Amino acid sequence: MKLKQLSIMIPNQPGALVHICGILQKAQINISTLTLADTADFGILRLIIKDWEAAKKALESNALVVKVSDVLAISIPNEPGGLLSILNTLNSNQINVEYMYGFSLATGKQSVQIFRLNDPDHAIEILNKAHVCVLGAGELFGN
Amino acid sequence: MANKIVFDPVNAPDFLPVEKLRELQLTRLQQTVLRAYERVPFFRAKMEERNLTPNDIQKLEDIAKLPFSIKKDLRDTYPFGLFASPMNEVVRVHASSGTTGKPIVVGYTKEDLRVWEEVIVRGMKSVGMTSNDIVQVSYGYGLFTGGLGAHYGAEALGATVVPASGGNTHRQIMLMKDFGVTTICCTPSYFIHLIDQAQSMGIDMKSLSLKYGIFGAEPWTQEMRKYIEANTNIKAIDIYGLSEIIGPGVAMECIHQAGPHIFEDYFYPEIIDPDTGEVLPEGEQGELVLTTLSKAAMPMIRYRTRDLTSLTSERCACGRTLRRIKRISTRSDDMFIIRGVNVFPTQIETALLSIEGTLPHYQIVLRREHNLDTLEVQVEINDKLIGDTVSEVTALEKRISRSVEQIIGIHAIIKLVQPDTLQRSEGKIKRVCDLRDPHKIN
Repeated sequence: MKLKQLSIMIPNQPGALVHICGILQKAQINISTLTLADTADFGILRLIIKDWEAAKKALESNALVVKVSDVLAISIPNEPGGLLSILNTLNSNQINVEYMYGFSLATGKQSVQIFRLNDPDHAIEILNKAHVCVLGAGELFGN
Repeated sequence: MANKIVFDPVNAPDFLPVEKLRELQLTRLQQTVLRAYERVPFFRAKMEERNLTPNDIQKLEDIAKLPFSIKKDLRDTYPFGLFASPMNEVVRVHASSGTTGKPIVVGYTKEDLRVWEEVIVRGMKSVGMTSNDIVQVSYGYGLFTGGLGAHYGAEALGATVVPASGGNTHRQIMLMKDFGVTTICCTPSYFIHLIDQAQSMGIDMKSLSLKYGIFGAEPWTQEMRKYIEANTNIKAIDIYGLSEIIGPGVAMECIHQAGPHIFEDYFYPEIIDPDTGEVLPEGEQGELVLTTLSKAAMPMIRYRTRDLTSLTSERCACGRTLRRIKRISTRSDDMFIIRGVNVFPTQIETALLSIEGTLPHYQIVLRREHNLDTLEVQVEINDKLIGDTVSEVTALEKRISRSVEQIIGIHAIIKLVQPDTLQRSEGKIKRVCDLRDPHKIN
């Protein structure tokens, strides 16, 4: 199951992240996980949020531009070669990993990584076939 | 380095008695108006609109009856609509980038080119240059009039020309040093950049043979002149011109550096109030308007240069009767000049137009870093533009930058900014933020 990720371009300067978090706090929205990519002038903040639609609305009403993209949360065995076998599956199907980052829901035997792939639908199909656990919102956020 | 200037017959028109000069101007003005009226339908239509015929020009002051020409006229008649000579008599065209992506085009007959060479030769001689000089032309060659104009002028003088063209700073300095170059022709800001680069290469500009710098194609200041002259043995000379009239050489300073003398036997100057179009009395600052007095391929009548200056007939120490203009440092429109290239904000807009989602909010920021001008275009991001990967965003920046460079020929730094951060204005938006301080040399 695909997850919605919100991306926001923010200037690479002090206070930029504070501003975003402040907006979400005011709207009583919790960030499940995030990653920040930086270049010289700006950063791209990517957020995984349970109620992403409300978050998007809150951010946009503060004059921020929010891009929504599909990502997968994949459960990875917490053991040597765990990630490798998943990457091999993606690789043998010509699916490219644009970027990935951890989800803060690591239980003992598994870690969860967020994958941004060039073809998420195809990836779900082949990962399911390979018995890799792709997590849905329910499993991630609880209900 | 006292340069004794020997009088040369070539310079005779510079010293014509004023009455003789005015007579010559009137005759040539009448010929030019007649030529344009008979051969350029665009001009004839404008005359007819005002119920004017060439016969209405009986004295020089009658020029004020004639309609102005503007840059837009050249665009509207693109490419050759203002030519008054058949193409088999036009031997060269030049073009400068236009505001809609289409350039504006100017044409020359053989005689027009000879006149162009002549005025540059006269200017160079008025500075003291001779056929012994070695002249490095570091203006861009090509469609731009700067490179070829200075090139053929210096060649006609009999000097040795080094056609270096623009760019490649290290090679420029090597050529100056190894060839014993005595004269450089380039934009003043580029030369200041050369001074700095030479320093970092451990070369003292004062140890070179350089004596003259013929600087133009952009507004500059007395501070820049002082800086150049303090760091080199150069006499920094101001040359003025524009493609629509002929190119560099419409006016040039003599060795006394008291403001460019207009070569009035070929170009007739007026100063007008840019708002009302009224001709202003001598000495008042206004917009320079020029009329060509001999151009065959493309006569220009009362062309509004948008350059703000004033005119003086006060006699220069050199004795020339040619009137002088004040050095040009401002303009009456939103055109800006970067590295010698004229750019209108609308050209940047054209470049952005080709990339969906970039308009309407953008701003142009000009800076001078290490004495080199930089152009930054700030574009507001929106949901059409934003990506979630760094590579998408940098690709977008590159795409915008390439699009701008294709139109104006100058590299632009693209900066994506947050929505609603660029200036909004009720009236005319100020697109250009010029942070270059012409009075500061860094």
